[in-house]
Amino acid sequence: MTTITAAEHANAPVASTRKRKPIKGSRSSTTTALLMLAPAAVLLITFLLIPIGLTFGLAFTNARLISPRPAEFVGVDNFTRLFDDETFWASLRNTIIFAVVIVPVQSACALGLALLVNVKMRGVNFFRTVYFLPVVTSMVVVSMLWLFLYQPNGLINQALARFGIQGPDWLGDPKTALLAIILMSAWQAMGFHMVIWLSGLQTIPGELYEAAELDGADRWQQFRYVTWPGLRATRTFILITITISAFALFTQVNIMTQGGPLDSTSTLVLMAVRTGFQQQQTGYASAISLAFFVLVLAVTLVNRHFTRDKDVVR
Amino acid sequence: MSATTAPGLGSDHLAHIADAPPAEPRRGGEGRHGIRHLLGILLRIALCLVFGLPLLFMIVSSFKPDLQIFDDLGSIKAFLPTGSISADNYTGVFGRVPFAQFMMNSVIITVVTVVLGIVVNSMAAFALARIGFKGGGIVLGIILATLIVPFETLALPLLWWSNKLPFIGPDGISEGWLDTYQVQIIPFIANAFSIFLFYQYFDSIPKELDEAAKVDGAGWFRIYRSIVMPLSGPAIATVAILTFLPMWNQYLWPLMAVQTEELRPVMVGIDYFKQLNTSWGQIMAYATMITAPVLILFIAFQRSFINSIASSGVKG
Repeated sequence: MTTITAAEHANAPVASTRKRKPIKGSRSSTTTALLMLAPAAVLLITFLLIPIGLTFGLAFTNARLISPRPAEFVGVDNFTRLFDDETFWASLRNTIIFAVVIVPVQSACALGLALLVNVKMRGVNFFRTVYFLPVVTSMVVVSMLWLFLYQPNGLINQALARFGIQGPDWLGDPKTALLAIILMSAWQAMGFHMVIWLSGLQTIPGELYEAAELDGADRWQQFRYVTWPGLRATRTFILITITISAFALFTQVNIMTQGGPLDSTSTLVLMAVRTGFQQQQTGYASAISLAFFVLVLAVTLVNRHFTRDKDVVR
Repeated sequence: MSATTAPGLGSDHLAHIADAPPAEPRRGGEGRHGIRHLLGILLRIALCLVFGLPLLFMIVSSFKPDLQIFDDLGSIKAFLPTGSISADNYTGVFGRVPFAQFMMNSVIITVVTVVLGIVVNSMAAFALARIGFKGGGIVLGIILATLIVPFETLALPLLWWSNKLPFIGPDGISEGWLDTYQVQIIPFIANAFSIFLFYQYFDSIPKELDEAAKVDGAGWFRIYRSIVMPLSGPAIATVAILTFLPMWNQYLWPLMAVQTEELRPVMVGIDYFKQLNTSWGQIMAYATMITAPVLILFIAFQRSFINSIASSGVKG
């Protein structure tokens, strides 16, 4: 390889006097490499690759979490049952609504935050830190806290009452429960995506803005023609990550509503946990997990497809 | 030295986010811009309230009796330590659940996973990035491909699988990992994303260093331990933080895999605490105690935290 030849040139006199094994490809190098790789490889195979395979395999069996009898192959029974299950359709619908609402709202607001803190100004670090605080607070704690804020007579409704607004029973009403969870989730994760937008913004060279200003571009035009095109890679990344984490919605729902009222906040992961853990039906839960996985895969592939198209168009 | 200025985690700009210069030029402060500037500052302050006040409310409420929390809700007093302030809620938490035990469990699980994760994942990345072997490219490809699989899709099959695994411990061979420490630690040590982060960093350190060390008679393991790892501080910090946060916050997995009270981590503990308790003051005290360690670490290592999150932006 190139590095070896470079080194051989550099160390030519030394190399010729010493007996030296070639760096790459020798048997002992390969042995060392495999030994160093082994712990991670064994762990990844046991706890990642085998479970991925099991998700596919168990979905076609009647496996139970704790059962003396071995799992039996049952064909597509789990899937026919799934498609007849109203909770599944409600969960799928909620999961998709959650993603469809939170992806644009959260990414746009996070970009707004990033633009606000991407300026030279005294105290800007303080603002960044405060906006980021919810990110380092665990979702479990955030859910507990907002469960209290969302009480019918809680802080939020009391604040609304000051403006003469009668706040709803946020989590108790099927019409507002999912919305309440969306607002809270966006609040928690916005700082995370702010930082990622910020790192994207800082890859845009300052000269571009100077040139745009010389050409008489106003702030909006600068954003439209300099900032926005410069954030293309960041945008793709943010869309994919928010979407996938939105599909995995579980913690907030489990703590705040347990899927209720009337399945209005049930999600795919919540349903998988219910069936696979509480009811111990691993086979059925694997079928739900598989449906979830297909959703994630579809979004990733669609996103790849579209971003690739854009590359060609440009 | 060239190695210390090697592009951290792919791109140089990430290393300076916390104090990076703005890309946008500054606007003048006179006339119309002056008003706009003022409005901008007010907006930023308002947003600070949006993101900061709920947390302030949590901390302040943890020191108040329940009745007073509700009384203060309607006014600014909700965010101020007024009235009868005491640590009663905190002692109440310790009186109702083995909080110290929960805390110790979380510390053990998090610290062991972070430390072993750094060792195991960096060794794997070193083998792939610097030693290299036939088929290494395929191994790296498989590792990267698994990045799109969210843990939630595997959780239920993994639960079933963990219940079947044998374990060789001090008491001999036992079957089934549920309700143990190891089930909360071992599945999370090897991490595809950590390997990827280390790989990128190791790849950016000049390979000539290896050659020079080889000439001096160092073996690969020696190069890993004495040359590459000491130069990889930023990568180690990033992996440590990106392992620490999700491990400390872990909820779904221990909720299912651990039933024994003495083995519970803090996040599952608070859920359980809430179910046997309707005192919001105590819940806020519990929430404050499990958030404080992370907040303190965040304030102390702010720049590393923010840079780690930013570098996770290369994931995808």
